[in-house]
Amino acid sequence: MFNTNTTKYLNMRPLKIVVLAKQVPDTRHVGPDAMKPDGTVNRGKLSTVFNPDDLHALELALNIKDRIPGTEITILTMGPPKAADIIREGYYRGVDFGVMISDRRFGGADTLATSYTLAKGIEKLAPFDLIVGGRQAIDGDTAQVGPQCADKLNLPQVTYVEEILEIKEDEIIARRRLEKGIEVVSAPFPCLMTVHGSSPACRSRHAKRVMKYKYARSATELRSADEFMIDLHTKRPHLTIPEWNVEDINADVEKIGLSGSPTKVKSVENIVLTANEAKLLNDSDADIEMMIKELIEHHTIG
Amino acid sequence: MDNFFNDTPDFKFHLEHPIVKKIVKLKERNFEESETYDYAPLNHEDAIDTYEKILEIVGEICADTISVNAEGVDIEGPHIENNEVIYAKGTTADYKALYDAGLIGMSLPRKYGGLNFPLLPYVMAAEMVARADAGFANIWGLQDCAETIYEFGSEEQREKYLPRFNRDGATAAMVLTEPDAGSDLQSVKLKATFDKEKNKWFLNGVKRFITNGDADISLVLARSEENTTDARGLSMFIYDRNDHAVEVRHLEKKLGIKGSPTCELVFKNAPAELVGKERFGLIKYVMALMNSARLGVGAQSVGIADAAYREALKYAEERAQFGKFIVKFPAVYEMLTNMKVKLDALRSLLYETTRFVDIFKVYEDVSSARSLESEERTEMKHYSKLANVFTPLIKLIASEACNRMAYDSLQIHGGTGFMQDFPIERIYRDARITSIYEGTTQLQAVAAIKGVTTEVFLEQIIQYDSEILEDSPTRTKLQKMTAKFDIIGKKVIETNNTEYLDFHARRLVEMAGNIIMGYLLLLNSQRDEKFSKSAKLYVNLVSSENNEKFDYIDNFEIENLELYKLTQVEILKAAEELEEV
Repeated sequence: MFNTNTTKYLNMRPLKIVVLAKQVPDTRHVGPDAMKPDGTVNRGKLSTVFNPDDLHALELALNIKDRIPGTEITILTMGPPKAADIIREGYYRGVDFGVMISDRRFGGADTLATSYTLAKGIEKLAPFDLIVGGRQAIDGDTAQVGPQCADKLNLPQVTYVEEILEIKEDEIIARRRLEKGIEVVSAPFPCLMTVHGSSPACRSRHAKRVMKYKYARSATELRSADEFMIDLHTKRPHLTIPEWNVEDINADVEKIGLSGSPTKVKSVENIVLTANEAKLLNDSDADIEMMIKELIEHHTIG
Repeated sequence: MDNFFNDTPDFKFHLEHPIVKKIVKLKERNFEESETYDYAPLNHEDAIDTYEKILEIVGEICADTISVNAEGVDIEGPHIENNEVIYAKGTTADYKALYDAGLIGMSLPRKYGGLNFPLLPYVMAAEMVARADAGFANIWGLQDCAETIYEFGSEEQREKYLPRFNRDGATAAMVLTEPDAGSDLQSVKLKATFDKEKNKWFLNGVKRFITNGDADISLVLARSEENTTDARGLSMFIYDRNDHAVEVRHLEKKLGIKGSPTCELVFKNAPAELVGKERFGLIKYVMALMNSARLGVGAQSVGIADAAYREALKYAEERAQFGKFIVKFPAVYEMLTNMKVKLDALRSLLYETTRFVDIFKVYEDVSSARSLESEERTEMKHYSKLANVFTPLIKLIASEACNRMAYDSLQIHGGTGFMQDFPIERIYRDARITSIYEGTTQLQAVAAIKGVTTEVFLEQIIQYDSEILEDSPTRTKLQKMTAKFDIIGKKVIETNNTEYLDFHARRLVEMAGNIIMGYLLLLNSQRDEKFSKSAKLYVNLVSSENNEKFDYIDNFEIENLELYKLTQVEILKAAEELEEV
């Protein structure tokens, strides 16, 4: 019923894609003790999930792989040992390789340090044609990491991507979902894209892939594994998830983790939004100035 | 939304049945395929873990895709375009989701792209799909045909057709029924002729009421022997849709399962391949195919029953009248509780039957590779005997019960249930076909009555009783029910009157079914305490039902059979007289 593979891209050069994905607290199932008294997230009490937008990015990559046979997808995540779940999930849904960036020294990173770290990891995966990630993560909602990575890697970037319309030998054409409409843009390879939640939802796990990769474990996980698991990994080395530390990606210790993060959280307040009317501004200098003044007055910035 | 696997802990419970270990070990040939395939299980625990993980994918697709699309599919339905059946958009999306997850051809061997699943987890998947959308369950469930090609086709046919299921998402159809051959399949007329020059079979004729008739791969029952009129002149053929030699003349407009296309087909010199041997079409291959389809309808019925129960419970907990939620009224909570205990009972019977079929089938498959040990042969025979009577039993009991439960669920919804505002309206319509197709309830009774006459049911009941560890009032009741069943069964059999036996067949089969389900629930409660309540309440319910049947049969005077026939004759006579006027 579905053996209707289009021949359009059959002779196309296979692409190399890197998917950036993050493990985030499951904010859809927040319990009463999800926050500590000091207002920071109590990560121990929250179950974790694959960041929703990143799942959309994964689907976008898999869709390209469907179209261009031979395309290779590597999923890259930075996080604590538990983030190996992200790599396994990637395998279940169709990626070819998974790599973790994991080291205590990366902890406490803000978007700047994160994007630096990811960029170093991506460099190690070179050559590649396309980097994709979700538009933003549900735990921070900054939408900064993707664009910052592109900047550090000196790559053209397309944000808010909803669909890949066409792939040519050396450019890719995408539709962006913007506030007031859509925009169709073309970018040369290699480039970076962030994917919007309005793009198609990620496909389910694939039965055979689940069977094949359910024993995939990171080096850290293997250290506490039983003999059965260790034997299996000796027989099937593809099950071992590479785990890169600071040295593996040649990162500058000053630029990672807490020391690489200029963002300092002064305090966290519970905000109840009371404004009941929206203010519409245009992009004139006067309007922008007015807004900045207002934000400074309210101590939102400054 | 919830995951249909995770919100039904009974699936895990039934996967943990002690006998499953044997099934998995045989099915996996002692796990030797893990050397060849890196996705084959390494041991029993690994296999069970795999089944659960895969069923979780099915459960997710059921919750997030199939059940969401069900209403749209029911409204839109399929249509014909350029002699091609076009599914409702939701149907295609449902199938695509299952295909993308690698869930087509689940029970086929790995060699042909399958997952080598035993029937048990496969039937669980079928139950979930039916709960999500009973009509769609047909389209997905027809992958059973692949199993038949595997069982009876040549190696060449296996290699040609089977990989298409998992790789291309091939759909399938069982093309049996004709305008004059419904329940009575031996009068099939569709003609198969062998062209010596072309060295090929060709099919000509009309088929009717064919579920998913425009499928990629069809199994067709046709008359290959000239001048024959009975079952022994029929053979089974594979027709490949790529040959474009069949016209889809008409799609039926139906009461329910509207998303599942029911086709009238005209075979126009359609090339086809013979499956197995000539003349064995109906007597062997279709019988096997029908048995797996009957188990499939059993699963479909349990899925519908579950959907009906959940809709009723949800509505009763949300709907307030006279200042309180209607679930608090005795008339409503009695119905709900009875639905729940029946559902537990049905599911227990479904998976008990599936385990019997599993063991028997897996031995059969093993026997094609090596000769069985005498102990294995005895066991195979034993389970084959059980499967033969339990299959029509679950088909009969579950299909009738899901209709009753859909009725009660709609009743709980009140006037709202009669409107198209809630899913129960569709579920109620979808349920209706289950007691008709793949052999009506009346035909299942004729097949299952053998379980009464040969005492297979009784022996199995005694076996169950011997496995009960403790005495309890429920057990005593079941023992009394068994004694009465034995007495009344013998009373009917001893008349040596087959017509009289047929007359009471359904009653006797249902009595046996009730006792069996009671015992199964009681046995379940030994592994999980939560079934104690179901066992107690279920046995309460059916012991009075059995008493009623006992009384009816016991007080029946065999001479009265004539009165029933007389009535028919009188009606016909009256009708004739009327026509003459």
